[in-house]
Amino acid sequence: MGNMLKVDGLNVFYGNIHAIKGISFEVNEGEIVTLIGANGAGKSTTLNTVGGLLKAKSGSIEFEGREISGTPAHRVVSEGMALCPEGRRVFAQLTVRENLEMGAYTRNKAEAAETIERVFEQFPRLKERSRQTAGTLSGGEQQMLAMGRALMSKPKLMMLDEPSMGLAPILVQQIFDIIEALNKEGTTILLVEQNAQMALSIADRAYVLETGKIVNTGTGKDLLNDDSVRKAYLGG
Amino acid sequence: MLTYLINGISLGSVYAIIALGYTMVYGIAKMLNFAHGDVIMVGGYAAYCAMAYLGWPPAAAVVFSIAVCTMLGIVIERLAYKPLREATSLAVLITAIGVSYFLQNAALLIWSSNPKIFPNIFASMPPLKIGDAQISAVTIVTICANIIIMIALTLFTGKTKMGKAMRAVSEDKGAATLMGINVNFTISMTFAIGSGLAAIAGVLLCTAYPNLVPTTGAMPGIKAFVAAVFGGIGSIPGAMIGGILLGVIEIVARALVPAVPSDIFVFAVLIIVLLIKPDGLLGRKISEKV
Repeated sequence: MGNMLKVDGLNVFYGNIHAIKGISFEVNEGEIVTLIGANGAGKSTTLNTVGGLLKAKSGSIEFEGREISGTPAHRVVSEGMALCPEGRRVFAQLTVRENLEMGAYTRNKAEAAETIERVFEQFPRLKERSRQTAGTLSGGEQQMLAMGRALMSKPKLMMLDEPSMGLAPILVQQIFDIIEALNKEGTTILLVEQNAQMALSIADRAYVLETGKIVNTGTGKDLLNDDSVRKAYLGG
Repeated sequence: MLTYLINGISLGSVYAIIALGYTMVYGIAKMLNFAHGDVIMVGGYAAYCAMAYLGWPPAAAVVFSIAVCTMLGIVIERLAYKPLREATSLAVLITAIGVSYFLQNAALLIWSSNPKIFPNIFASMPPLKIGDAQISAVTIVTICANIIIMIALTLFTGKTKMGKAMRAVSEDKGAATLMGINVNFTISMTFAIGSGLAAIAGVLLCTAYPNLVPTTGAMPGIKAFVAAVFGGIGSIPGAMIGGILLGVIEIVARALVPAVPSDIFVFAVLIIVLLIKPDGLLGRKISEKV
């Protein structure tokens, strides 16, 4: 198992604010890796930088051995990674089917049609609602749509930013089941979560972020039992 | 009365074609391109030059005019608006007004303020007679062009990959980027289409009102903006309905109360719409779910 994603010495600024302070981490093929941490620790910033939405000041981002840190954001998806952004950000005025079609924007029509059927198998609810506009979906359905849309590019690495945010506990469980299922089918997962308990329970490995630095790392299981992690993120 | 109505629909159709350009650019790039009216003027001059100096047939002149305006639209977006993508909308608005004055004064330098008399490119087509009313060829062509353009744009934004990408960009540029959509290219294409439409509007406008001067596009541009707001800015059918209604209001008002300049009624419409229904006739409120 080689490194699929290797981030080394990454520094990101918002204006004068040093948001990410030289972090390094890696994701191996087939793993579920999670970044946990409090609000403002830099989890989303890290994902958005890997996904190309933000520019790093310095440091390298290697995907399958290729340097991608200078790649324009809209080309990153063709490299084989997809980012399912925080807050879902589905296109509210487009139909469910159109949202999925946008997810396959870089691929041809035949490939898209094939993948859309697979996504409908994974998310039968989306098939029922395929002609509705995305704005009319419930929060859980929108999260499924955002994930389905990211899957439309057939990513090798799927990055998920706070997929459980604002969802009822039963839906959170469902979303995490789906993430595990995707992983079993061969998609490598990089997950950012505030729900550390859930994230650590499905993760192979995890990194703990605090104010832009990685302060702890280990397997999901180790960190679930780690005293400092329990105190800070798991409620004691 | 029928004549007034038809003339109103004809003028309104020109407004509608211009308003479609406004609405496309506003809907997707979220900016008011106040230079849009002046692109119409450039379109008129381009067609005029092709016919008067190069001796081209009208059809070729129209194609030439569309090509010139499409390029102009892309260049304006690239040079003036793209650097301001992250700036406040007020900065973009003021830049658009600057571009507008630039185009008018550039035209003044090149073609002077003496009006050019635009040839009637539909001279060979006979007018249509319905009872007492006579409908000129340019009226018929304008109305048909308007309907064709609206249907084409609706199909384009609804059915094609590029059109859907434009709608995605209009909602969320960041999310669209994550899909692999090149946002800058998509916005360029929007300007290209809007400016191409401006060329068509320019030729039709100059055929109906043949005095071509550097400020030819300014007033119709502003009125088309009123039409776009009236119909609900961002909405394609709204631009068409707003344009036609505004044209009819203007012509009928001119006939009924000739003592009062008809522009007063046009701008009164804007004020009333903004007071009563700011999102326009077909404007929709966007509800967001968190």
